[in-house]
Amino acid sequence: MRVDGLLKRYGEKVAVRDVSFEVGEGEVFGILGPNGAGKTTTVESIAGLRVGDGGAIRVLGIDPWADRPALTRVLGVQLQESRLQPKITVDEALTLWSSFYDDPVPWRGLVDRLGLGAQGGTRFADLSGGQQQRLSIALALVGRPRVAILDELSTGLDPQARRQVWEIVRELRADGVTVLLVTHSMEEAQQLCDRIAIIDGGRIRALDTPEGLIRGATAATVTTFTASAAVDLEDLRAAAGVSSVRADAGRIVVEGADGAALAVLDRLRQQRVTPSGLRIVDGSLDTAYLDLTSTTSEEQPA
Amino acid sequence: MTAMYTTPTTDTRSGTGGAGAAVLRAEARLFGRELGSLFWILLFPTILLLILGAIPDFREADPSLGGQRVVDLYASIAVLLAMIMAAILAMPAVIAGYREHGVLRRLRTTPVHPGALLAAQVGLHAAAVLVSVVLALGVARLAYGVLLPRSLAFYALCTVLATAATFAIGAVITASARSARAVQTVGTIVFFPTMFTAGVWLPVQSMGGWLHDVVVRTPLGAAAEALNDALVGRTPDGADLAVMMGWTAVLALVSVRAFRWE
Repeated sequence: MRVDGLLKRYGEKVAVRDVSFEVGEGEVFGILGPNGAGKTTTVESIAGLRVGDGGAIRVLGIDPWADRPALTRVLGVQLQESRLQPKITVDEALTLWSSFYDDPVPWRGLVDRLGLGAQGGTRFADLSGGQQQRLSIALALVGRPRVAILDELSTGLDPQARRQVWEIVRELRADGVTVLLVTHSMEEAQQLCDRIAIIDGGRIRALDTPEGLIRGATAATVTTFTASAAVDLEDLRAAAGVSSVRADAGRIVVEGADGAALAVLDRLRQQRVTPSGLRIVDGSLDTAYLDLTSTTSEEQPA
Repeated sequence: MTAMYTTPTTDTRSGTGGAGAAVLRAEARLFGRELGSLFWILLFPTILLLILGAIPDFREADPSLGGQRVVDLYASIAVLLAMIMAAILAMPAVIAGYREHGVLRRLRTTPVHPGALLAAQVGLHAAAVLVSVVLALGVARLAYGVLLPRSLAFYALCTVLATAATFAIGAVITASARSARAVQTVGTIVFFPTMFTAGVWLPVQSMGGWLHDVVVRTPLGAAAEALNDALVGRTPDGADLAVMMGWTAVLALVSVRAFRWE
């Protein structure tokens, strides 16, 4: 899948600008970003539901804007906020959707693995939000797609259902299905994605593996310790690679780039302070994400 | 790993032809669950006919109506009422709901065009109208001795034209507003003038002067005249048929232009 310089406007407003990325076959590619960042516009353009104002997209060599019929046979889409006929039952929906495809997945197994086995006769309107969500995922996969777009995959799911859904995404990857995952959840992105694009203000702010994003963040490592004497925090802030220093419940917390911990220890020795309970841990994707998205929100007046 | 998502099975199905039939089957089941719609389309017109026919005066031949009885006129009005219930009250709400809830959008991501869903809905509502027409005419014959259409071919033609015109009105209602709620409001507003022009309160043939001249230029007024002509065996007035076809063409064009899938 290749997206090349995607541009999409709604009237005057530019929703997506110059978005480009490539996703390899069998890769799980995450798209992260705050609300209104252009994530959904991007995936809807890839699904052929919207036609961009510039750029080009190819999915398995198919142009979604010109040849949607061909695309629909290889692409499975789970859309955000898309409902079904209120009175259709789970079994009826899956039977119907199976009839759309030449070679559908035997859907009973799919339904069981999504924990919907007991809901076969339940009408869509009577399902809980999480069950509706899981049915929507089942419908996206029933056509045996080679590319799956999952928008807000685990929204509204309880932790156990979320694990089941994650397991299915891992199996899709193992089967060589390319997955485009739009998510709010850092944990989900970190758990599932081979690579992640962070989109904000309609542009890609970063594109890397989860580890790469964390490494590049201002808080790639978090160093915490308690000090034997008063510490000059200003001095620590000036150390190379340090992005933030704060005192938190008696402990000093220093966030910074990869080498920041060593610089901090140096400064502490100069201050003749001995750190105790010293811990240096990896930062999380959260900080990487916040770094990349908060700077851009400041640029734009609210 | 079982590769359950990618390994093809030997079971191959036909393409979209089978899918279209599957959509129709599924929508037929769902239509069967809409008990309210089924009542108003299938039963209410006949019930109204039975009630009105119970009024003794309505069963007296009226010289001002060319010797017809009022209940004779109401047979065709019941037919039109079925069309109004299906095309104006029931169907726009269903389709607007599908659009608002993203059902049509979701279908666009599959090999099936969402038009298949609309076609199934139109087909099912039209089929319900046909059943209702047969029921109303049959009950009118049995209960009050209303003649079955003398000119069956013309009656069938007029039924088709009137159905097309009312569904075109329904299509404009569906296309006119975005939300399901707004569509329902517009539908209710349009519902009363169509009932009036169909002659539910006062048969078109009993209307006089300028009111009659205006009403026969509306799709349902023209339909009421043409259906009654075919019922008694007269050749329907070409002007009435032209009025129905003209409205159908204009409204269909407007609705196609205005309709949005999302």
